[in-house]
Amino acid sequence: MLEGSGFEDPVHDAQRSFRALLNVLSEPGTIATLPQIDAPSLPAAAAAIALTLTDRDAPAWLDPSFAAAAQWLRFFAGAPIVTDLREASFVFAPAASRPQLAALAQGDPAYPDRSATLVLTVAALSNDPGWRLSGPGINGTRDLSVKGIDLDFLADWHDNRARFPRGVDVLLVAGDRVAGLPRTVQIEPVHIGESACMSR
Amino acid sequence: MYVAVKGGAAAIRAAHELLADVRRGDRDVPQVDLAQIDQQLGGAVDRVMAEASLYDRELAAVAIRQARGDLFEAVFLLRAYRTTLPRLGDSEPLNTGAMQVDRRISATFKDLPGGQVLGATFDYTHRLLDFELDAPDLSATTPVCTAPPPPRVGDLLGADGLIEPNPDDGSTPADITRDPPTYPASRAARLQALSRGDEGFLLALGYSTQRGYGWSHPFAGEIRRGFVDVEFVPEELGFAITIGKVEVTEVDMVNHFSGTEDTPPCFTRGYGLAFGHGERKAMSMALVDRALRAAELGEDVAGPAQDQEFVLSHCDNVEASGFVQHLKLPHYVDFQAELDVLRRLRAERIEEEALKEAAE
Amino acid sequence: MSSGYNFAYLDEPTKRMLRRSLLKAVAIPGYQVPFASREMPLPFGWGTGGIQVTAAILGRDDRLKVIDQGADDTTNAVSIRDFFAKTAGVATTLSTRDATVIQTRHRIPETPLQHGQIMVFQVPIPEPLRWLEPRETETRRMHAFADYGAMHLKLYEDVARYGRITTAYDYPVLVAGRYLMRPSPIPRFDNPKLDASPALMLFGAGREKRIYAVPPYTSVKSLDFEDHPFTIESWDRPCARCGAADSYLDEIITDDRGGRRFVCSDTDHCNQRLDAKEKAA
Repeated sequence: MLEGSGFEDPVHDAQRSFRALLNVLSEPGTIATLPQIDAPSLPAAAAAIALTLTDRDAPAWLDPSFAAAAQWLRFFAGAPIVTDLREASFVFAPAASRPQLAALAQGDPAYPDRSATLVLTVAALSNDPGWRLSGPGINGTRDLSVKGIDLDFLADWHDNRARFPRGVDVLLVAGDRVAGLPRTVQIEPVHIGESACMSR
Repeated sequence: MYVAVKGGAAAIRAAHELLADVRRGDRDVPQVDLAQIDQQLGGAVDRVMAEASLYDRELAAVAIRQARGDLFEAVFLLRAYRTTLPRLGDSEPLNTGAMQVDRRISATFKDLPGGQVLGATFDYTHRLLDFELDAPDLSATTPVCTAPPPPRVGDLLGADGLIEPNPDDGSTPADITRDPPTYPASRAARLQALSRGDEGFLLALGYSTQRGYGWSHPFAGEIRRGFVDVEFVPEELGFAITIGKVEVTEVDMVNHFSGTEDTPPCFTRGYGLAFGHGERKAMSMALVDRALRAAELGEDVAGPAQDQEFVLSHCDNVEASGFVQHLKLPHYVDFQAELDVLRRLRAERIEEEALKEAAE
Repeated sequence: MSSGYNFAYLDEPTKRMLRRSLLKAVAIPGYQVPFASREMPLPFGWGTGGIQVTAAILGRDDRLKVIDQGADDTTNAVSIRDFFAKTAGVATTLSTRDATVIQTRHRIPETPLQHGQIMVFQVPIPEPLRWLEPRETETRRMHAFADYGAMHLKLYEDVARYGRITTAYDYPVLVAGRYLMRPSPIPRFDNPKLDASPALMLFGAGREKRIYAVPPYTSVKSLDFEDHPFTIESWDRPCARCGAADSYLDEIITDDRGGRRFVCSDTDHCNQRLDAKEKAA
């Protein structure tokens, strides 16, 4: 018996999810809500991303903690599950056991689009101060607070930016919420006490 | 005013009604039916199927009729239809060695196993207009080839190691309708592009290689035409079943090759395949395929036919026809921008000359 | 909505392919993402790239505006608008302000774009270096290393020869300080509207099989030299219909004795101004 379900309205739910993803990646740090999807072990937003973007031409890699979703993903998205991280177009992992960004497909200098997207599940997302984002898609700076992500992530992100135009794009998900970190975005930690003068 | 007037939608509708009227022509003349196109204009059907990359004689006939015999337009109609079809799976590679040939000739050997089979061909016809064209009575004179499939000339040469083997590294070939083009393109991708490429364009390019634009000494090793089975392995069965037959023309062009440090001299191949009676197309394709292998074989890339990017990005007539004809669309915003630049340049020139004259 | 085809014509796997390309495009601003462009029922060169992008993003709640040369009534704009009205059943509009998605050929509307709007540009030739170097392998390399010296040299040669840069439209821009990009054949007049726009800009080249993007609030700089700054077109008279002195004008020949009339190329902008005048009167 197959667990979980797909989009209730495959055409229009996929379109709405895509527009939300287009929005969060073109305006980094904004948070969108995706349709509620019931998939074994995957948070709802990660499942919606899988349904929206993966298929037989876009293979996925699943962290062992999401192994229960493999059958669901094959059935509802038709996506091949790969075991080699570098072969994956989409990598699904929880922040606690996330792979290094450099371990994913980076694209090459002439074709930087041949790179992976990391779907990283975290504890919570909000626009409270935490990280201060800047770069294309942001008018000035934008605050993003990410709960449950390791401290090394920022150093890893710094290295990812240094590889531009190669590099990985990240979608952060918490429950049914999603925020985007395209490879262009700069992240600075906001120090305590500074939050009062945050700009938007 | 040319545009920027209300009524664009009405004008378009009226233009399409006029087209439908012109297409049908004199109503006293019966409308051509699809079977007539299929049976009596088979060359047009074959060409449209080949360049549309869709094997369906009836749909090709529908397209030809709708396009009032404009084959480019018919190819476009069929391509646009093809692109909406779901992809259910990939067939097994066609085994043209098992083809039931109705034509098979080789220019490289006087006689060979399986013999020379002329079949239906325009070759050796005298091109005299026949005003009383009618069906012949075939019952007495014309034998129908029922011999078992003849061996391929390439295989006969290959047995002596005189010709390069046809490589099959077992990898999944590119699919040019699913993968964006990148260069250098694999041979599989190149062959796919050539196979749906414009016959006239490939003919001219193939011809150019014979005239010195690119180094080429081709022989028509073998041309064969006939029906081959299309086989498919359904996942639930796990073995191949025949799902239909397609008629194809296959050309193996044999070319001299002097060898390199690693490779002894041997013949090399140029390959051509087209749906139906597509001999001119398949031969041109084989010449261009061989020319495009220049870089791989360590030959100079000098002629246009040897230049991958040039050939592959210009051989598709649906793309070419669209872009050439897009010049009909209004461009007055850009033209205004050009006028602005031109007027400024002219004003500056006139001012300069006036100053010069005043100084003199 | 006409039956037999999926919503907005394209099948779902094709839309997914396009959507993946679009997300890469916004993540690498100005970089041309190759995509497996499909044959559309309209000819290549007539907006198939824009149509595929629009089909991939369009939803039931969108309001679509289509312009060609700034006008909603030009034949190709009418044809594309009808295509989506038929295949997606979406609401269409002539108003820049009311539209959520605007597909365009050769213009950016005069009415300032708003946050949340998406512009979809039809692109004939996406590669800004194409006239300098016809080979894709070579231009890819140039982009990889941001090796844009050849373009600066070309513009500089213009200055040396004519005293000014003579590129009239499709004027090259640098996006987010990194990728050289063709803004599609919009007049120079529209280039400044790309810079730090609150709207998302998506570009589709169907025949050339490339998609690229400029996210909102992204720097888009027209190439120029300190002593020869970038300039836009100007006219010595206002629009003959609405009197606008700050819009891009079409020149209309009124007789064979040199008679000329200049009117706004943006028909919606011109009509809005006329309506406002009438109401005020």
